[in-house]
Amino acid sequence: MSYIAKRLGFFFVTLWAAMTINFFLPRLMPGNPAIAMMARFHGRLSGQSLHAMEVAFGVNSSTGIVAQYLSYIANSFTGHFGTSLTFFPTTVASVVVQALPWTVGLVGVTTVIAFIIGTLIGIVSAWRRGGKFDSVLPPVFIMLSAFPYFFVGLMAIWLFAVKFQLLPAGSGYTDGMSIQFTWTFIANMLEHAVLPGLTIVITSIGGWILTMRNNMITTLSEDYIRMARAKGLAPWRIMLDYAGRNAILPNLSGFGMSLGFVVSGAILVEYVFSYPGVGYLLLQAVLNEDYPLMQTLFLLITVAVLVAILVVDAVTLFLDPRTRSAT
Amino acid sequence: MKFLRTLRSSPKAMAGVAILAIFTFLAIFPGVVAPDNPSAEIFQPGLGPSTGHLFGTTSYGQDIFSQFVWGTRVSLVIAIVAGLLATILSVLVGVTAAYIGGIADSLLSLVTDIFLVIPAFPLVIVIASYSKNGGIAIIIAVLVITGWSYGARQLRAQALSLRNRDFLIAAQLRGERRWRIIVSEILPMMTSLIVANFLGAAVYSVLAAAGLQFVGLGSVTTQSWGTMLYWAQNNEALEAGIPLWAIAPGLGIALLGGAFALLNYAFDEVSNPALRPVRSKRRVRAKARNRGGLPRPLPRRTGSPAA
Repeated sequence: MSYIAKRLGFFFVTLWAAMTINFFLPRLMPGNPAIAMMARFHGRLSGQSLHAMEVAFGVNSSTGIVAQYLSYIANSFTGHFGTSLTFFPTTVASVVVQALPWTVGLVGVTTVIAFIIGTLIGIVSAWRRGGKFDSVLPPVFIMLSAFPYFFVGLMAIWLFAVKFQLLPAGSGYTDGMSIQFTWTFIANMLEHAVLPGLTIVITSIGGWILTMRNNMITTLSEDYIRMARAKGLAPWRIMLDYAGRNAILPNLSGFGMSLGFVVSGAILVEYVFSYPGVGYLLLQAVLNEDYPLMQTLFLLITVAVLVAILVVDAVTLFLDPRTRSAT
Repeated sequence: MKFLRTLRSSPKAMAGVAILAIFTFLAIFPGVVAPDNPSAEIFQPGLGPSTGHLFGTTSYGQDIFSQFVWGTRVSLVIAIVAGLLATILSVLVGVTAAYIGGIADSLLSLVTDIFLVIPAFPLVIVIASYSKNGGIAIIIAVLVITGWSYGARQLRAQALSLRNRDFLIAAQLRGERRWRIIVSEILPMMTSLIVANFLGAAVYSVLAAAGLQFVGLGSVTTQSWGTMLYWAQNNEALEAGIPLWAIAPGLGIALLGGAFALLNYAFDEVSNPALRPVRSKRRVRAKARNRGGLPRPLPRRTGSPAA
């Protein structure tokens, strides 16, 4: 019980830290950069949302900094994030809600795919250690994971969109199409997701291979593997049921964490492909000095990671009895 | 020096060292390799590769090869300086926390965990966007702020496991001062983990700095690979038929990051012998297996010898 309480405590402390960073950063910078932004807003906003933003950035405000801080935190919890400057007069909250499904769809699916393929390659290459499979695939993918995401994306665009013109170079769907639930639209959407998806899978697979292979190598030297061999079990069964199953445990929590990083994980890929997700939105906000949108996205990204960590902790508690008695 | 010998016998490590050596040379003496001024817009724009312009020219008429060579310096300096500073910070926080213990440890660990969890690249973007075009110093500062926590956590764990070793107790009984124990007794024991941390932080810095410059959040006038990519992307170099404008700096970043990563994997194998590549002994056994499986149990005396 106290374990759960501890983890919940960490959740709130970190959330508070992220909010505090959001609140103090613009105030710490020389000549508060938000003042210029608010000047551009002048006359277009009124009432509650203007006040919310003045409080959030410390502009034109007669209230003391403590009062500003308290009302900023209260506004964050009640969902008053202000108005987006880039997409004026839409509120920040609704802009974010539109971008979220794109990212979760693209990066979420590719994270799962990369995890499954990487883990399988890791298992097989450790099983056939030193063989042909092991000496080709893992090194190649580990090299690829050193490539910057956005560079692999640029190369993918150059090869498949510019040179051979097989696939669209960017955006989430063809311009002018209305978003609806028809086969034409879904096919169009999938076509646009191929290149960014491939980029993410190719660059992130190496990490899973490396950790899985290392875990497998350690597990394969355990006595129960020898026991299984001695019993004369089929090799694939030893590989998957005996070694793989145990070796994957440390990786599962890493996988859970990476699901939390889905929201922020592929900012530059989204940017390169102009994919209408959270990462692209964040960069748009940054380049347009749309600070309310930027702050909210940063908070959202942090919350996603924190929630994933809580879930992973809970699942570990359920899967691994050793953690239960640890406290 | 067993350490160095093992490193030398690893092809991965040697490849990493070779790449780093080449880039270091380019960073120190760019003028020797590429005498052209990298930012002068004096050539015909959009030329393809030729003997005069190895990589061709940009849409502004700059020589791409010189830009690539002169850009090495900033990328390498950011990687090494940010990597070093982040490592120093991790050592300070991690070892102090482990050695002092108590409330100080809980507090430092909490701060470490918070920084570990807050997504680094978004934070990098947010800080950089408030400090408009702050140049290299700002980029380095941002990378250090976001890059130290992982190392601090690992170093704390190792320092904790060292804390109650006999030689440290002996040092305490001798009446050595605390900082002396930390500097001359604990740190030398942790060298390999510290080096590994530096390499990891350097990889992170190379990639994050390049990403930051690529989106235009560094100073767009500095001569670096990320900035080259920024201008290439802004002028649609890939569509305009000057792909080398983007490919050259991209490969540079990948090679530099890859060199640090290769060294890191090699270090991993040195410090964890179980992961080292299998050599002849294993092959022999594999061959034996192919010939007819693992050695069979000896036939029992009681059974018939033919079985």
